[in-house]
Amino acid sequence: MKKLLSGNEALALGAYHAGVTVAAAYPGTPSTEILESLAGYDDIHAEWSTNEKVATEVALGASYAGARSLVSMKQVGLNVASDPFMAASTTGVNAGLVVVSVDDPGIHSSQNEQDNRHYAKFAKVPLLEPSDSQEAYDFMAYAYDISERFDTPVLVRSTTHISHSKSVVKVTGRRAVPGREPNFPPDVEKFVMLPVYARLRRPLVEERLAQLAGYAETFPFNQILARERQLGIITSGAAYQYAREVFPQASFLKLGMTQPLPQDLIRRFVAEVDRVIVIEELGSFLQENIQAMGIAVSGKEFIPRFGELSPEIIAQSCRAAGLLAESPTPPTKPAPELPQRPPLLCAGCPYTGLFFTLSTMGQRSALVKSRVKKVAKSNLIITGDIGCYTLGAYPPFFAMDTCACMGAGIGQALGMEKAGVSNKVVAVIGDSTFLHSGITGVVNGVYNKGEITIVILDNRTTAMTGHQSHPGTGVTARGEKTSIVELERLVRGIGVNDVKVVNAFDLKALRTSVRAALDNPELSVIIARGDCPDPAAARPRPLVIATEKCDQCNICLRLGCPAIQIDDGQVFIEATLCAGDTCYLCQQVCPRQAIVFQSESSTQESK
Amino acid sequence: MKKLDLLIAGMGGQGIILASDIIAEVALASGYDIKKTDTRGMAQRGGSVVSQVRIAEQVFSPLIRSGEADMLLAFEKLEAARWAYYLGGWGTVIANNLALPPLTVTLGYETYPSDAEITRLVKRQKNHFYLVNGTERVKELGNIRTLNIFMLGCASLLLPFSIDTWEEVIAQRLPAKIRQINLSAFKQGRKEMPAIHLREG
Repeated sequence: MKKLLSGNEALALGAYHAGVTVAAAYPGTPSTEILESLAGYDDIHAEWSTNEKVATEVALGASYAGARSLVSMKQVGLNVASDPFMAASTTGVNAGLVVVSVDDPGIHSSQNEQDNRHYAKFAKVPLLEPSDSQEAYDFMAYAYDISERFDTPVLVRSTTHISHSKSVVKVTGRRAVPGREPNFPPDVEKFVMLPVYARLRRPLVEERLAQLAGYAETFPFNQILARERQLGIITSGAAYQYAREVFPQASFLKLGMTQPLPQDLIRRFVAEVDRVIVIEELGSFLQENIQAMGIAVSGKEFIPRFGELSPEIIAQSCRAAGLLAESPTPPTKPAPELPQRPPLLCAGCPYTGLFFTLSTMGQRSALVKSRVKKVAKSNLIITGDIGCYTLGAYPPFFAMDTCACMGAGIGQALGMEKAGVSNKVVAVIGDSTFLHSGITGVVNGVYNKGEITIVILDNRTTAMTGHQSHPGTGVTARGEKTSIVELERLVRGIGVNDVKVVNAFDLKALRTSVRAALDNPELSVIIARGDCPDPAAARPRPLVIATEKCDQCNICLRLGCPAIQIDDGQVFIEATLCAGDTCYLCQQVCPRQAIVFQSESSTQESK
Repeated sequence: MKKLDLLIAGMGGQGIILASDIIAEVALASGYDIKKTDTRGMAQRGGSVVSQVRIAEQVFSPLIRSGEADMLLAFEKLEAARWAYYLGGWGTVIANNLALPPLTVTLGYETYPSDAEITRLVKRQKNHFYLVNGTERVKELGNIRTLNIFMLGCASLLLPFSIDTWEEVIAQRLPAKIRQINLSAFKQGRKEMPAIHLREG
């Protein structure tokens, strides 16, 4: 059967057919759809875990108990999960354990760019790199076999344009029914990593690598494509697809398993061609490891070391290196002068009110006026975090001063306070991110007598990755009801005395509570609560601008609401976008009360 | 047909990814190899979104090289101007006659290009340029969310797939509640293109 599947859907289907019974993940672009797809099957346990570390531990526990398990995450998720990931390398597995990392070359939706192939080498575990959806599907069966045969977790590394591209998959398998009942065989020397036992496991890890190196020689997706012998290209992942297109006549060594490397196969290939280059995306992982074998290869001397590759970039780089003839038609250039269209907080977003409030406090409005987005000093420092609310850094708010990684804002805020800045410091974090890795920051803040203010923006979903449930929502990944982790009780339980819950659409309440918290010389938590608007919902009660009252002061534009637009100098509200049924922020900022509900305005007109 | 490289561009929330999924499914059902990829940035809505669809006997890269696309389907005018450089000189642009100014324009930091400027950018290489009144037409139909399917209707006249396949895939991909109105939008799109030919002809 032929199916059009995204790489993520194919990874999920491959894992399902390989007999996975436990899958765990935390949402993160570009990896989210793997767990979302698996959550659609009734006969497995698929969960959103609170973070990638916990997800990996869940998968590891399931593996110990004899269940084939999967954990998936975006590239930075593996940083969070690195502790159990490294531990799993030492203990090994019972049933197969596959860790999927989806890297984000080009930084489409991440805070950094990192090449997670290095993690496989670091942890001394095997690494598979599919190059399209077909391989994403096919590789999963191999990954589980390798994991069980060599007693090791397996890292499968995808990238944005593999995970989010759709291509045709010949679905050959069916679900393999797990052959054994879950069973945990106690074995202290394998599962209890006291130093004395960890020391016993350590040489086994090296033995395993040596055996895996032998296996890599026979792995069927490490293939030589022998054609013209002038140029040989060693490549893997998405870079293979791009390179095939740029060099239709060259010989290829296409590697599906890139750690450990098939050294004999590489030597054989090198002997068959006149010149060898390596084309790989991001780091020089293959190149350095092949060079370490004593083979002279080039690649990163002309292929970019960062950013995403594409056929165009490879062609340009190889032309500059004299490997490719000049093109008769030079590539076309984008029009430079067009306005950009960055993503925005949606109309009806419960975060808008807080950012509007913060942007008008502590002389931050100077930032709004500053064209260079820099000012020497503001009385209010806002440390940020990862989520839709990071968009608060954009105009018109400029209301975020830092964003490093999940949960970082709270620790950073405390650090700034302890460094002795005279400014007030407020940390802004979303509900899902708070549960992911903000809690420990609050514990630390209370313990170390912090005076910072923490605003938890609680929109009751993991919004940026596409509305996944989390422990605060009372709904599981499979849509079942479960108990709710209540943020206010959680925060009070930690020992925060000053906790306020505020309606995120009430500007007066937001301003009063932020001011009170900043003035309070103890750690304060404000939970600004409001539901994330459903983008597909009908908009029954849009607001409109009564133009006869409007004096075009344009203060409403400072909300950055996509529904508030301007036509020929007159602001208007686009009715199809306005979420007037839940949000009335613009009404609150309008000094002339010119913004009214459509029904009211038509009643007025009929009078 | 040797190969067909298409770009579908617009603003998040306009249904671009569904539209490109449908084209891909239609091409698959018509016996081709296909690869498609979406660039959608970090957020759910409001940003510039572009989807690339490649159709041929065998496709390697999901990414199109600039200067080699055969068709650009733009759901908004500024996005038509932004992505037109991907087209080969032979390529066709079908753009919805709708301006959605980005926030930076609304705030007065940048200026939205004039129609003349957009036309200049789109027709840099003498491309065929069809400006269709999609938003207006689907408003008349009673559901502006069918714009993406309307645009597919326009494109279908220039693509080598049978109308039955188009309609089957659209019916398959859309829930029963909105199936009929989307099929109407598709038909409306097919009527729109010859009408433009007549107007301009």
